[in-house]
Amino acid sequence: MSFEVPDDCRYLDSHEWARRENGTVRVGISEFAQDELGDVVFVELPAEGDSLTRGEAFGVVESIKAVSDLYVPVSGVVTATNEDLVTAPELVNEAPYGDGWMLEIDPDDPSTLEELLSPDSYREQIE
Amino acid sequence: MRATDSLGMSLRQSPITHETKTMAFGGWEMPVEFDSIRTEHAAVRGSVGKFDVSHMGQIAVSGPDAGRLLQRLTTNDVSELDPGEAQYTAITDERGVMLDDTVVYRLPESRPGYLFVPNAGHDTAMYDRWVTHRDRWGLDATVENRTDAYAMVAVQGPAAAALLGEHTDLSLSALSRFDIAAGRVAGVDALVARTGYTGETGFELLCATDAAERVWDALACQPCGLGARDTLRLEMGFLLSGEEFHPEENPRTPFEAGIGFAVDLDTEFLGRDTLADARDPAERVVGVMLRERGVPRGGYTVTTADGDPLGQVTSGTMSPTLGEPIALAYLPTAYAEAERPVRVEIRGEPKNGHTTTPPFVS
Repeated sequence: MSFEVPDDCRYLDSHEWARRENGTVRVGISEFAQDELGDVVFVELPAEGDSLTRGEAFGVVESIKAVSDLYVPVSGVVTATNEDLVTAPELVNEAPYGDGWMLEIDPDDPSTLEELLSPDSYREQIE
Repeated sequence: MRATDSLGMSLRQSPITHETKTMAFGGWEMPVEFDSIRTEHAAVRGSVGKFDVSHMGQIAVSGPDAGRLLQRLTTNDVSELDPGEAQYTAITDERGVMLDDTVVYRLPESRPGYLFVPNAGHDTAMYDRWVTHRDRWGLDATVENRTDAYAMVAVQGPAAAALLGEHTDLSLSALSRFDIAAGRVAGVDALVARTGYTGETGFELLCATDAAERVWDALACQPCGLGARDTLRLEMGFLLSGEEFHPEENPRTPFEAGIGFAVDLDTEFLGRDTLADARDPAERVVGVMLRERGVPRGGYTVTTADGDPLGQVTSGTMSPTLGEPIALAYLPTAYAEAERPVRVEIRGEPKNGHTTTPPFVS
């Protein structure tokens, strides 16, 4: 099975994606990651205004069978979280790059995004 | 390449080939999920699903003293079984501690003898236990470990009888719960038992390993993995070996584990004398439901509403049927007798809920 790896995102080897959108960076988990987890039932996210440091855990995603930490791709301040996930965590399964996004970060240094895995490198990792 | 477990041991393989995600379970490599746990779970509750449960052990016991040997090594009353009947039971040691839970089948008259079904990876230990005690007690019985000769397929759900009925010469309506009959399924010799571990009506089929794929393929319905098997049994409050009991890590009597109904103290069995004095345990397995979001999992601490520790979760999940977090935990017996407020600590955060008596779904 081959998984979607959009070219407009950068990736962590822990399967988060990060995409630049109107000055902020939107973050979620990859299609591969949601498939590994199975049915997502709960997503725990930080609060708006929280400062996050690249590489630290920012939250948790729980599926019926597993629990997994979520890691920060770029340092910055949380400007938004996806509140739809509170009542509809299954959006992470249904649209991991779309309605299943998790948070938006105002990055301290947008250029650090380029240090993350390229789509090709991430594709190699999950092959 | 053969799959290995975390210690590099080669994993046992089902005779049925599955093109899906697998996991190591009791030394076997078994399917964990075919579509999604939610889809598979809903199929079994709403219509029908099939499970490859070839990881379950099969120990055949025959000969003049077969019934006596089983009687002395299991907690339930084997003498109640007529040919073609089965019972749920526990296997305890001298301390009354559960080594396994199992179903003992007294086979139909055409194939005299007994069969019992230890949990995954327990077949060798249980075979050894039966042989050792047979010899110690000088009983005349033949004990065979048939685990690698048999495949086992469970077909479960309200539409299971209709589906299986299309593929067998047996009259399924004549099979009561816990009955077993010999017949043909998909043109293959099989034992068909009206047993299962999902809480739904259903059947478990035993056939020769080389015929297993024929049976599996003939039963056209939702394939289900160990993930859905776990959520289905948890909603019923059924025990899972290794989680609700483990002879070393979590030694429990059948009374603590809530299966006192499977203990007959009027029979003679290993552990009986200890258990006779253990009918009112200080702790019991209790159902816990949370009203706050989060998934209670094995090892999490259960506390009073004030935060005083009470016990530990043994297994838990987000119930697919209820959409609510559910768990089993060992708590002081008073918590089994009435609904009481409790909390489960999930990653340091107390989540409010209450105790309840399983099943969680009716």
